Amino acid sequence: MSAPTADRAPSWYEASARARLAALLDRASFTEFLGPAARETSPHLPLFDLPRAFDDGIVVGRGTLDDRPVLAAAQEGRFMGGAFGEVHAAKLTGLLRAAAELRPAAVLILFDTGGVRLQEANAGETAISEIMRAIVEVRRAGVPVVGLVGGRAGAYGGGGLIAGTCARLVVSEQGRIAVSGPEVIETNHGVEEFDSKDRALVWRTMGGKHRALTGGADAYAADTAEAFRAAALRLIDRAPAFDLETMRAEQARLEARLERHGTAGDAPDIWSALGVPESGRVSALGDDAFAELLASSGDSHDAR
Amino acid sequence: MTLDEILASLFPDGHDVTVQDGLIAGSGPLAGGRATVIGIADETTLGVDGALRLAGLVLDAAARDDGDPILVLIDSGSQRMRRRDELLGLNEYLAHLAKALFLADTRGHPTVGMIYGHSAAGAFIATALATRVLVGVPGANPTVMDLTSVARVTTLPLERLEELAKDTPVFAPGLDNMVAMGSVRAVLDADAPLAGQVASLLDDLPRFDDRDRLGAERGGRTEAARIADLVVEAARGG
Repeated sequence: MSAPTADRAPSWYEASARARLAALLDRASFTEFLGPAARETSPHLPLFDLPRAFDDGIVVGRGTLDDRPVLAAAQEGRFMGGAFGEVHAAKLTGLLRAAAELRPAAVLILFDTGGVRLQEANAGETAISEIMRAIVEVRRAGVPVVGLVGGRAGAYGGGGLIAGTCARLVVSEQGRIAVSGPEVIETNHGVEEFDSKDRALVWRTMGGKHRALTGGADAYAADTAEAFRAAALRLIDRAPAFDLETMRAEQARLEARLERHGTAGDAPDIWSALGVPESGRVSALGDDAFAELLASSGDSHDAR
Repeated sequence: MTLDEILASLFPDGHDVTVQDGLIAGSGPLAGGRATVIGIADETTLGVDGALRLAGLVLDAAARDDGDPILVLIDSGSQRMRRRDELLGLNEYLAHLAKALFLADTRGHPTVGMIYGHSAAGAFIATALATRVLVGVPGANPTVMDLTSVARVTTLPLERLEELAKDTPVFAPGLDNMVAMGSVRAVLDADAPLAGQVASLLDDLPRFDDRDRLGAERGGRTEAARIADLVVEAARGG
């Protein structure tokens, strides 16, 4: 019997950006910077007859996590798919630049994005690069940057590259991390290459379980703020430095993956090679059972 | 300019740069040292294999203490849009290449990007845009998103987009628009030796990421620097 809805922890996937931050951080600790009252909207969307949002689809600010000061950003996937427009991206860039200077205990990025906003593509693409460079600066300052991926829009396109720049990543089953989305692959190479309507294929190719097992993420969380909070707390103290040693280790890690799994046809082939028993059943495992499995198998992911 | 013309103009005394599977690799004498050259030729798409190979070359250069520059020459497609690449975690491979370039730069190897042909999307972010200073060669045509695709996604008529593109650098394809964004610092003179022009760039490297400021000065990206500054100020206060 399933519990009544009212007794269940609210879903991270279903929550808004503000609700996620409120539930992730210490109670009432969050202060937003340049919030909706500032009315900093996209100057570009009206050209395309599109509605604007007063926060341009991202919430940035400060708060505490277990009494430690953090800076945090949360993308709102329900506005323009959480896409990186000029203003949206600049809020994250500013937050990261502030972090390099102020050195909080961590920076948390709550991803929920389809990538660059097409209507502002040049500004968005450039900004992805600015954000990645800013993350590197924050990491060089000794501050862990932790990404949390579990939103409706996933972390696609430039969002996937930013995720790959973070020192640590938490992902839920619903979290997807990729560069090209299913529709993009299908549009470019046909339905034989990737059937974007095949949800099971999408989840096992780009979803949280696959990323956690193969080292594309460092921790797996159930679809609740509580689980993401616990994982973030664990990871903050285990973030790798950004230096030659880490990058060489990542080179070796990614070379090993390519060597070992480069000819795999599908995700379960990789999981089997990683020693996962009954790899065909991974998708059906509940969060607790999967977490146990992950603890006993899965690939090394110390270097990022 | 073709890749051969560019290499001849960069390295009049010769070089050992070659192209294999669309990936550019080698080195040549430049500004008193020996520049490492990597890149992508012939509009080749960048997948997991290519990104990892280029990153390995960058890390080899980064590990040395010679302070020699790294040149990134780009005429690429987008990222490789295949199921295999995504299954293997293309986002990690592309981010790794970009991080390798950032790392090399912080270790005293100035990174100079040069776009001489096409580039788009993830391949552009992982290579040219991850350098300290990015310049264009006349005729280059970076395209974050072509107008036909924008039309399909936005369901706006192509004619309307073409009209908008004329004075809206924030989304229209082309080198001039990336210059207006501040992401391409300058366009080189194809009729003058590139060696001297790159040496000048190395003598006057930006000390921090000022692309958003350039974009504001040039009127192509008026909001980014202002918004980022407002957030920094808010974070400092209270």
